[in-house]
Amino acid sequence: MSRYSIFNLVGNALSGHKNWKEAWRSPEPKPSYDIVIVGGGGHGLATAYYLAKEHGLTNIAVIEKGWIGGGNMGRNTTIVRSNYMLPENTHFYEWGMKLWETMSQDLNYNVMFSQRGVINLAHTPGQMDAFARRGNAMRLAGVDAELLDRDEIARRCPGLDMSPNARFPIVGGMCQPRGGTARHDAVAWGYARGADLRGVDIIENCEVTGFKIDGGKVVGVETSRGDILAKKVGVAVAGHTSQVMQMAGIERLPIESHLLQAFVSEPVKPLIDTVVTFGAGHLYISQSNKGGLVFGGDMDGYNSFAQRGNIPVIEDVASCAMTMFPNLGKIRLLRHWGGIMDMSMDGTPIISKTPVENLFLNGGWCYGGFKATPASGWCFAHTIATGEPHELNAGFTLDRFEKGYTIDEKGVGPVPRLH
Amino acid sequence: MQIDCPFCGKRDQSEFTYSGDATKKRPDHNDQDPQAWFDYVYQRDNPKGAHQEYWHHTSGCRQFLVVERNTMTHKISSVQAVGDLNKGSAE
Ligand SMILES: Cc1cc2nc3c(=O)[nH]c(=O)nc-3n(C[C@H](O)[C@H](O)[C@H](O)COP(=O)(O)OP(=O)(O)OC[C@H]3O[C@@H](n4cnc5c(N)ncnc54)[C@H](O)[C@@H]3O)c2cc1C
Ligand SMILES: [Zn+2]
Repeated sequence: MSRYSIFNLVGNALSGHKNWKEAWRSPEPKPSYDIVIVGGGGHGLATAYYLAKEHGLTNIAVIEKGWIGGGNMGRNTTIVRSNYMLPENTHFYEWGMKLWETMSQDLNYNVMFSQRGVINLAHTPGQMDAFARRGNAMRLAGVDAELLDRDEIARRCPGLDMSPNARFPIVGGMCQPRGGTARHDAVAWGYARGADLRGVDIIENCEVTGFKIDGGKVVGVETSRGDILAKKVGVAVAGHTSQVMQMAGIERLPIESHLLQAFVSEPVKPLIDTVVTFGAGHLYISQSNKGGLVFGGDMDGYNSFAQRGNIPVIEDVASCAMTMFPNLGKIRLLRHWGGIMDMSMDGTPIISKTPVENLFLNGGWCYGGFKATPASGWCFAHTIATGEPHELNAGFTLDRFEKGYTIDEKGVGPVPRLH
Repeated sequence: MQIDCPFCGKRDQSEFTYSGDATKKRPDHNDQDPQAWFDYVYQRDNPKGAHQEYWHHTSGCRQFLVVERNTMTHKISSVQAVGDLNKGSAE
């Protein structure tokens, strides 16, 4: 398979783009592998890629029940940032940010990573103080953050309602300039192609239906296309984490599955050239390269596997958007959809060993797992390859809830729908 | 989604506040087994299918209800007042 380059592009353009080769193979599953990754979302694919690239392990299969990137990977609002305050999170997400900055080159695949900045609005002096605290914590850890006053917010986001009689007047905000957005599908496809090039088998339309466990050790998986033996198995199935782990005999997890919707408007001329989040309600908005406004807000709020949203949230999100940007009132909604997220009890992910030997878990991503894709794959690969977590994910254990080491960035306690 | 409140009748979901898994039973206050508290506070069955859950009729009668809802279809198969349920278990 050839590298993508300008010559390659020109050559294919001259032949009418009829001779592009498929970006990854579609092999039949082999009877056994060294490592099986369950779930072909961003995290599973990135894990396989880094297992091959960083650890030289290539006898690997990624098993996906549908098509790769058909889960949350292809449903998110594509926001990438590393503006976390608790040390475990700060360092992990910042490592992710560094991987994002070189991802297109590394994968030889344009993931359209755009560091257009992420601005969080403040509507009270108390919020400004909280941002100053968070920003300082970030800067102490070597992450970029700047505090913006009201005038600077008005200059950077021309459409925002800055009037003093706005429902929630804006007093300032915080920006992470290196934050931004990326093309989510391209990230899945880029990692898939990169892994495939190194020999990983990506097996779509193959559902894992059980585990083969022998004396407390996992030795393979049962799938809709037959049994596959494996020395190690990594699970990265996002919204279905509870269901898949139950098949391995782990009855309960500190996770609930909840639904989050996302929205895209009809394309309009350039309006918002950064990512803006509302501080008085819940809304985050950016503009795609095609011109559509991409936004989202709260979860539907009750356990769900429905993969489609309900009306009250649509109303709430629309009213938040209008409160921030009154000029959106006449824009039409093009599409909206939902994804099922694995909400952990402290809002922090799990990248961990499990009570079953050689079975590893990657989950609990809540609605922040897109930005984590590279760091998650990188750390999960390390954990699977060496059998022990890397320093960067050492805090993200499954047993932290039981032991009292929860990592609650938001400080709201063990209520998954509040994170 | 609409919930058929035993006191107020069928009302829109937006009148209610979700309060989570209703199968979790809080251990006795004097229970010193950390495992029991861990299970109560953190561990969830998280079923894909029938789910017993609390809803508070915040903008109505303000009663807590136990609703059985399918998490894939949102189809509600039963709604009971919490008080009635407790009466049942005390007998
Ligand atoms: C609407 C929405 C907006 C979001 N916005 C953002 C954002 O702006 N920024 C951000 O950082 N994060 C965001 N997220 C979160 C992010 O998308 C997820 O945390 C992340 O994608 C989860 O990891 P994944 O890519 O591996 O998941 P997925 O893509 O869901 O991958 C899991 C895969 O496992 C497969 N699977 C499940 N069960 C089985 C089985 N039994 N056998 C085989 N395969 C199986 C599924 O089919 C699926 O493809 C958002 C999520 C949603 C839903
Ligand atoms: Zn009522």
